[in-house]
Amino acid sequence: MATWTPDPTFYPSPRMAMQAPVETLAYVASFDPTRRLPDAITVVDVAPGSPTFSQVVGTVAMPNTGDELHHFGWNACSACLCPNAPHPHSERRYLVVPGLRSSRIHILDVKDDPRQPKIVRVLEPKEVAERSNYTRPHTIHCGPEGIYVAALANAQGEAPGGVFLMDHETFDIRGQWEIDRGPQRLAYDVWWHLGHDTMVTSEWGLPASFENGLVPEILLGGQYGHKLHFWDLHTRKHQQEIDFGAENQLVFELRPAHDPTKAYGFVNSVISLKDLSASIWTWYREGDSWAVRKVIEIPAEPADPALLPDMLKGFGAVPPLVTDIDLSMDDRFLYVSCWGTGDLRQYDVSDPFAPKLTGTVRIGGIASRATHPKAQNGKLNGGPQMVEISRDGKRVYFTNSLYGVIDEQFYPEGIDGWMVKLDANAEGGIAFDPDFFIEWPKTHRPHQIRLEGGDCSSDSYCYP
Amino acid sequence: MADEGAWPWLTFAGLGLFHGLNPAMGWLFAVALGLHRGSRRAVLLALPPMAAGHALSIWLVAASVLAMGAVVDGAAVRLAAGVLLVLWAGYYWRYGHRHRVRVGMTAGMAGLAVWSFLMATGHGAGLMLLPALVPLCTGRVAEGRESLLIPLAAVGLHTAALLATTGLVALAVYEWVGLTVLRRGWINFDRLWTGALALTGLLMIITA
Repeated sequence: MATWTPDPTFYPSPRMAMQAPVETLAYVASFDPTRRLPDAITVVDVAPGSPTFSQVVGTVAMPNTGDELHHFGWNACSACLCPNAPHPHSERRYLVVPGLRSSRIHILDVKDDPRQPKIVRVLEPKEVAERSNYTRPHTIHCGPEGIYVAALANAQGEAPGGVFLMDHETFDIRGQWEIDRGPQRLAYDVWWHLGHDTMVTSEWGLPASFENGLVPEILLGGQYGHKLHFWDLHTRKHQQEIDFGAENQLVFELRPAHDPTKAYGFVNSVISLKDLSASIWTWYREGDSWAVRKVIEIPAEPADPALLPDMLKGFGAVPPLVTDIDLSMDDRFLYVSCWGTGDLRQYDVSDPFAPKLTGTVRIGGIASRATHPKAQNGKLNGGPQMVEISRDGKRVYFTNSLYGVIDEQFYPEGIDGWMVKLDANAEGGIAFDPDFFIEWPKTHRPHQIRLEGGDCSSDSYCYP
Repeated sequence: MADEGAWPWLTFAGLGLFHGLNPAMGWLFAVALGLHRGSRRAVLLALPPMAAGHALSIWLVAASVLAMGAVVDGAAVRLAAGVLLVLWAGYYWRYGHRHRVRVGMTAGMAGLAVWSFLMATGHGAGLMLLPALVPLCTGRVAEGRESLLIPLAAVGLHTAALLATTGLVALAVYEWVGLTVLRRGWINFDRLWTGALALTGLLMIITA
């Protein structure tokens, strides 16, 4: 429903968004890896001083089982203030929550009781496939033409994956976004540079290559995604493809600069076939086209093969497995999750071509099993994975599960879920909040986190 | 002009002011381009093409009324215009938020003109002028050249008022007020606009 004045959580610029009030709630996607119980959106109290701080205060169970909740997002955000396509009187009120495995999409209303959102609409897999011609919905972004959904496969579960649009008020599926997809076949993440009318998409793989776990032959054959695609955001045509080379596998999370005048962003490649390292690349505008440069390389760490899962025994090393990255609102700090080694790193990327490591914490990890001050049982498994930053950049939250069947390939005993929080220093440096360690309910594992009112990977802005 | 007095002209100017105040009609886009390109010049340069796009959209409505007025009598034109306005308000209320976005922040002069034309047409900006256009454009066919000059002058006056308003607001926001004003001050023009269209339409039907 429309309002008389803009939603107070919409900010014209990232600079203004940094002045937003401190978030009090976090929404976390939570799934049952055995697919016996319904997945859920879990609500966590993150309000400093609250009697239930760092506790789960609400759970919204999905109506089915086996959805595999993964990523999700808001129906509307600061992009609604854009001058060329204004929708300023929409409300940031609904969470759009897809099941990556089921291709079902749930709409949750958080307005009346933010701690116990209500499911107000469920788009069944058949409807999603028929209307959009896509399945395996993944990334959700609110943008100039409504809700953009990146999906990993077409209606038949094959290539091409792509992007479709949903109405941000009725949640009807409006159809495929692309008008000319050029050579693009694989999909994963989607985001954009609103100031440069450019959309960027990245690549994972097709469902057959991940729904039963990563396939070693496909990985070692360099057949997972290794390209970036650049599109004209308004003509919806493919403009450019950049190939990172087959040795840089799994090109995942897209973090364009929040400042819309800046034409650069960061993306991670999870693993290099050459030496098991992980890398971060900066894409940037060069003349009339886009270019990339590798700016961070994190090497694998030698380890006792006895501590390693079968997949890694032969290598005698732990790959860092950079599976998520996130950029602070002032475009200054990049947070890097090393799900393999257990590092969560903070880099100063003021110069996007010369990142400086400014902080590291370690928790979990395939070989290290590092603990947390508040953890009860010492050795933690899983590692830093989905990471989210508060708008003011002072608090960083993350969880430890990657994807149900892939978790067991690297942590064979399974993952005991946890969520932690870091406090970040304004000038660099991070430390655990010793009071914030949430042991996840044993039946479920936590994945993406969304913060009340917006966070550093939810909103995009049209004004510098 | 003597027949109707000054009110149609005041209406053209007044609606120019109303349209110009709406952030979706251009001043906000001009401010954004100024901020992106870091220059007041960019703010000012963005305004004329947007005014031109708006004027073209208005002119298409005026020309249609003129053409209709040549073949049917004034009352029929008023009735048809009234019905059209009410239908447009209904459409806008229901589907106004769903539009393809064709022009973005890298728009040039032509892009801005096209954007403004689409915005004005989609919002029914010209339709809102119908009550003032109809008396000016009908019943004058016999008078020859004047029949074209008067509607042209009307569109010109409306556009001048719009341009002056968007220019003043854009400069004020760019130079002094800043974008924080959007967070509280961006009232729901779409709602006012839809109401204005529906009300105008009903009045025209009643008085047809």
